[in-house]
Amino acid sequence: MADPAQDAVGMPQLDFTTFPNQIFWLIVAMIALYLILSRVALPQISAVLADRRGAITNDIAAAEEAKQKAAAAEEAYHKALANARAEAGRIVDQARAEIQQELDVQMAKAEAEIAARSAESEKRIREIRESAMDMVAEVAKDTTREVLGVFDVKADARTVNAAVTARLKQGGTA
Amino acid sequence: MEGDLVQMGAYIGAGLACLGMGGAGIGVGHVAGNYLAGALRNPSAAPGQTAFLFIGIAFAEALGIFSFLVALLLMFAV
Amino acid sequence: MAENGIVIKPMDQFIVKPLFGGDMVSWYTPTNVTLWMALTVLAATAMMVYGSRGRAVVPTRAQSVAELTYSFIYKMVEDVAGRDAVRFFPYIMTVFLFVLFANLLGLIPFAFTTTSHIAVTAVLALTVFISVTALGFILHGTKFLKLFWVDSAPLPLRPVLALIEVISYFVRPVSHSIRLAGAMMAGHAVAKVFAGFAAALGAAFFLPILAVTALYALELLVAVIQAYVFTILTCVYLKDALHPAH
Repeated sequence: MADPAQDAVGMPQLDFTTFPNQIFWLIVAMIALYLILSRVALPQISAVLADRRGAITNDIAAAEEAKQKAAAAEEAYHKALANARAEAGRIVDQARAEIQQELDVQMAKAEAEIAARSAESEKRIREIRESAMDMVAEVAKDTTREVLGVFDVKADARTVNAAVTARLKQGGTA
Repeated sequence: MEGDLVQMGAYIGAGLACLGMGGAGIGVGHVAGNYLAGALRNPSAAPGQTAFLFIGIAFAEALGIFSFLVALLLMFAV
Repeated sequence: MAENGIVIKPMDQFIVKPLFGGDMVSWYTPTNVTLWMALTVLAATAMMVYGSRGRAVVPTRAQSVAELTYSFIYKMVEDVAGRDAVRFFPYIMTVFLFVLFANLLGLIPFAFTTTSHIAVTAVLALTVFISVTALGFILHGTKFLKLFWVDSAPLPLRPVLALIEVISYFVRPVSHSIRLAGAMMAGHAVAKVFAGFAAALGAAFFLPILAVTALYALELLVAVIQAYVFTILTCVYLKDALHPAH
């Protein structure tokens, strides 16, 4: 302990003569650091942190929006697909109905034609049959007259006709 | 002669004061060990309790530092 | 203290010396205290201001150190002292950075550790103690005294508990300051003693040097943990003032 100024006499921490000096400079340092931090450093860092949080939130929101858009697009696609399917079905149905209608009309026409033709045929058959019957009656009358002529039976035409007609009616067409 | 005796007593006292550090060591070990035991039982809750770990260690350690301070005072200030 | 004629003076590193000669240390004299406190402020400013000057959304290394420190202390204030304690965050940040850098800079060889002085830590602790007590009375009036009156205890025990609580309340600044100063002082003094052994032991000098190396690593840890503990205790005391109910 030769040089009291350089050697620690006891604990330097308990050397009360240095206390005002330390406390003064501590207060100066703390105020300086407080001002630097509260005025410059902390707002700067908190701004950066807020920016980052904002950026992250924005990105998440954008991603969410994109996802929703994609979902909407998918939905629209599905809807369009369903519409197209329904349209196609409708067109097919319509076409089928038109064809059916056409078919029905044609069928009806054909049937009508067939009916008309068969009616005509029947009419002609009937005419032919009737004319045949008339000719039979004529032939029968002529034959009868000839036969009567051969037998020299005098008979007037009217009687012969009446008799043949009566006979024909009686005997039917057979 | 008398001064030597006082100094001897002071040094013996300083050495005895150091026994207090052992107590602080036991205390700190107890806190840390119990924290570890709890953390191994329920690892998910452990990170939330580290603050209490350090507070507990600080309180236990402070008493050891008090005994160290007594030793220093006896050696240098008395 | 003397061994082979070599004198180990572990406490010399704590002497407050005027920077520009002379023996007088009056309150305004620039001393080594001034120098190392200025360096502490500079280091803290460098980390917090210079590091984050880029304001990049994707941070650089220095910026993320500053941001991690910021978020760490912010979260600590929020978790320990509650959301309404956030307005005291700048002061708590100041205390943390000051103590942290004073501790760390003190570990540089031949440096002066400002936080190893009880005068410094006592002012820091008393500032917290007085402002927290005043804040408690301002915010809660006489209800703040309920902090000492443990309602959950049986009635006969309450006065005893109140006495213990009052004593432990007033011991707070003492332990708050002496813990920090003591831890710093102890580490540096022990390192100095071991370094003195290295000079005294001659051929076996490498043993104490290994010990000092290990001790230095421990001291780095202690420097950070003491800063953390000082800050978290500040938050705990602040919580008592803001929410005195047990």
